[in-house]
Order: sequence, then C-alpha cells, then structure tokens
Amino acid sequence: MPADEARVISPMGAKLKKHWRVVFYPLGMTPALWLVWQGQHGALGADPVNVFERSLGLWAFRLLLVCLALAPLRRFTGLNLLRYRRLTGLLAFFYASLHLLAYAGLDHGFDWSVLWTDVTHRYFIIFGMSALFMLIPLAQTSNMFSMRLLKRRWKLLHSLIFPAAVLAGIHFFLSFKTLNSVSAPYLAALAIVLLSRFLPRFQAGSRL
Amino acid sequence: AAALQTHSGPYSGSLTPTPHDDVTHYNNFYEFGMDKGDPAAHSQDFHPLPWTLEITGLVRKPVRLDIDQLLHSPAIEERIYRMRCVEAWSMVIPWDGIPLASLLKDADPDPKATHVAFESVLRPSEMPGQNEGLSGIQWPYVEGLRLDEAMNPLTLLALGIYGETLPNQNGAPIRLVVPWKYGFKGIKSIQRIRLLDHEPPTTWNRLASDEYGFYANVNPQVDHPRWSQATERVIGSHSLFGATRQPTLMFNGYGEQVADLYRGMDLRKNF
Repeated sequence: MPADEARVISPMGAKLKKHWRVVFYPLGMTPALWLVWQGQHGALGADPVNVFERSLGLWAFRLLLVCLALAPLRRFTGLNLLRYRRLTGLLAFFYASLHLLAYAGLDHGFDWSVLWTDVTHRYFIIFGMSALFMLIPLAQTSNMFSMRLLKRRWKLLHSLIFPAAVLAGIHFFLSFKTLNSVSAPYLAALAIVLLSRFLPRFQAGSRL
Repeated sequence: AAALQTHSGPYSGSLTPTPHDDVTHYNNFYEFGMDKGDPAAHSQDFHPLPWTLEITGLVRKPVRLDIDQLLHSPAIEERIYRMRCVEAWSMVIPWDGIPLASLLKDADPDPKATHVAFESVLRPSEMPGQNEGLSGIQWPYVEGLRLDEAMNPLTLLALGIYGETLPNQNGAPIRLVVPWKYGFKGIKSIQRIRLLDHEPPTTWNRLASDEYGFYANVNPQVDHPRWSQATERVIGSHSLFGATRQPTLMFNGYGEQVADLYRGMDLRKNF
C-alpha cells in the first residue's frame, strides 16, 4: 500500500515542489485587493481615489526596485534570488498597469481630452507613461519561449528596465511637491541598485 | 476646541459643508508633516495660546492684538466658503472669523501701502515639519496679498471652524482665508501682518515659481504644469468607486465679488 501511494503521488509532489513559487503571484496581488477592499469600506480616507492611485504607483515602484536589486544582491552577498526577477518584474508591470487604469478611469473618468493633454504636455505624466510602455515588451517576453527565441537579443531587450526605472523614479519624484522623507529613501534605493552595477566586486577571489 | 460666539454672515449661499472629520483630518500644513493626516496626528504639542498678532509696517497705528480679545470679539461671523486646493481637490468649510479689512482699517494704512505680507510662526520644537531639511522650504511660511485683495469683504481672518476655535491642524489660533484663491494662500498660525509698498515673497512661489504664482487665483483655464485645473475631486465621499469630480469655477465661484480686482490683467501671466 505505501509503495503504491508513493508511486501515484510522487509525480504530483514533484510538480508541486518544482512550481510551488506560483503562490507568490496571488500573494503579490494582495496589496491591490487590500486597497480595493479598503476603498470600498471607507478606509482610504477623505480622498480615496488619490490614495488608491498613488498607492498602486508606489507598489509598482517598490516591486521594480526589488526586481532591480536581485542582481546586485547576488553579486555582493552571494544570495541568489535571481529566479524571482520574473515574478517581481511582472508584478511591477501589473501594478503600473493598475496605476494607469486608476488614473485614467477612476480619477479622470476616461475623459480623453484631459488625458490627451496630460500625455502630450506634462513631463510628469510623460515620464510615467514612457516607463510603463517600456515594461510592456518585457512583460510580453518574460517567458522561457521568448528567451529561447530571442537568445542574446533577449538580454539587450530586457536592459530596457534601466531607462524604465530611471523614468519611473523621476515620475515618482515629481509626484510630490518637494523632496521629502517619504520619497528620498526610495530615490536613494533606486540610485544604489542602479549604480551598484558599476562598483567593483570586493571579494577575495577577484584578487587572483 | 472651545465654542465660539458667532453669528451668520453673508456669502454662505446654499453650500453643504464637508464633514467636520474630513475638514480636520485632511490638511496641508507642512509644518506638521507632508502627509494629509500628519497635521492632525502631529500637532498636539503646538500651543496656540497665549498669542499676539501684530499689524505693522506702513500703518499709522501699529496694532498688537491679544488673541483672547479677538476670540471674544462680537465681530466674529460665520462664512461658508468653497476651498479649492491647488492639488485639484475641494471642500466646503464653515469658517468663523473677522473680515481682514476691519482689522486693517483699525491700523490705518498709510497711502503708500500697496501690499500686505503675512508671516506664520517659527517653532521647530513644536512643529516637527520645520525640522525636515529635505524639502527646501524656508520657514516661517510667508504669504502675501495686494492691499485691495486684502480689503475685499470676502477676505477673512478665521479664528474657528464649525462654531469652535480652530484645531491646531487647521491653523490655530488665527489664519487667513481667501476663498477665490488656491488654499496655499491661506497662511496658518499668523503672527505678523505687515503693510508694504511692494509685492512680498511667498513661500511656494519661492520654491517653484513656475507652479505657484503670487496671485494663485482659482482658474480652470490655467493648468498647473503637472495637472489640469479644469475639474476638482470633491472631498468627503469616502467611497473609491463613488467619488465625484466637478468642474472648477472661475475665481472658485466668487467672480462676482472679485473679478474687478483683475480687470485688464493677463491671468495666464499673473497666475
């Protein structure tokens, strides 16, 4: 009996063991669901649309920062979490898309004339929108099939994340009237994850 | 907040006030922090009493007013005004206050005076936001009006809201209310009023002159560089999917009373 059971369950078990990380996708969506729940229950305060919109944008930026931090993290600490780059990158794109939807739909009721003026005249909006558009091809080619298909060009294409992050950072900075203790740490984090790529790696092995 | 002796004044119209809780918990008062909830959360150490308000500069009779006297003045009246923030949201607030013009007249302005400068309080020990070095804001907060704007009957020095003395987060003990201008002109916790013969510097204009002009009149046709000013989010719905936007009115709906002040001026230039 135990032997039979093992034979039936082990392929399933192996599959689960291999792909258990998919739980992070629904988990990554909980902040969005939580914000919607709060919004419907009056917990987002006096200006709920604004808080909702800004919170989604902030989550997008946070996830983008985590995604960008994984490579330097391995380089400087040896901790390899590169397998989470796709997850965090896709979630960042998901939140950025919701952020755009909240801005266009909830905030402006899809008033195209207002949105058109924003997109064509205001650097604040242009920077944010460009960052989101740069993430679209990255999300589209985040699968193994595209990786194999594009080979070396895949890496080149995905280096779009750097200009996207810089533009998102400027957009984030401009969303406040002045620099402040909320925005400064995020901007510092962005500078660190971007600039750390140019730092030499200080490890004993590299002295050879 | 203590109860104020107040009576109904003109200019109330048929406006429905924003809920008290929103008026007192959704504030821009950077001296207490930049988040809208910061002023209510971080202003409990601020002491608005005792307080003296000075009216000096180009006046024949400089005045030093004890706030206690003002708080018991029979001249306090209720004015229900629209409040339009430059950030494209709006409220309706029942203020209790004294028209600025009556206090200025008591000081007897010199004929050379053309402008009025206002100065807020500098108390980093009681106002945590004044210790924040990143913002680049120079404290104390300063604002200004042209003398004729200051003398307009709509311009109010508010001592209370909702029939009670001002909560700290709303600018206790005395603040300016200029309902046809963006909210940031309404300088809070005023200590000094000076009459001048030139336009005084103002805090936000000093920081970003392309975004915040000296006049800062509510104008749906002149956009902020980062967003349209044609419409505004109405504060108070508390519902994410039931929130409303409404068209912004020229001079915030007070054109009849103030449009004459700007006759012949290019309001795109003098924004």
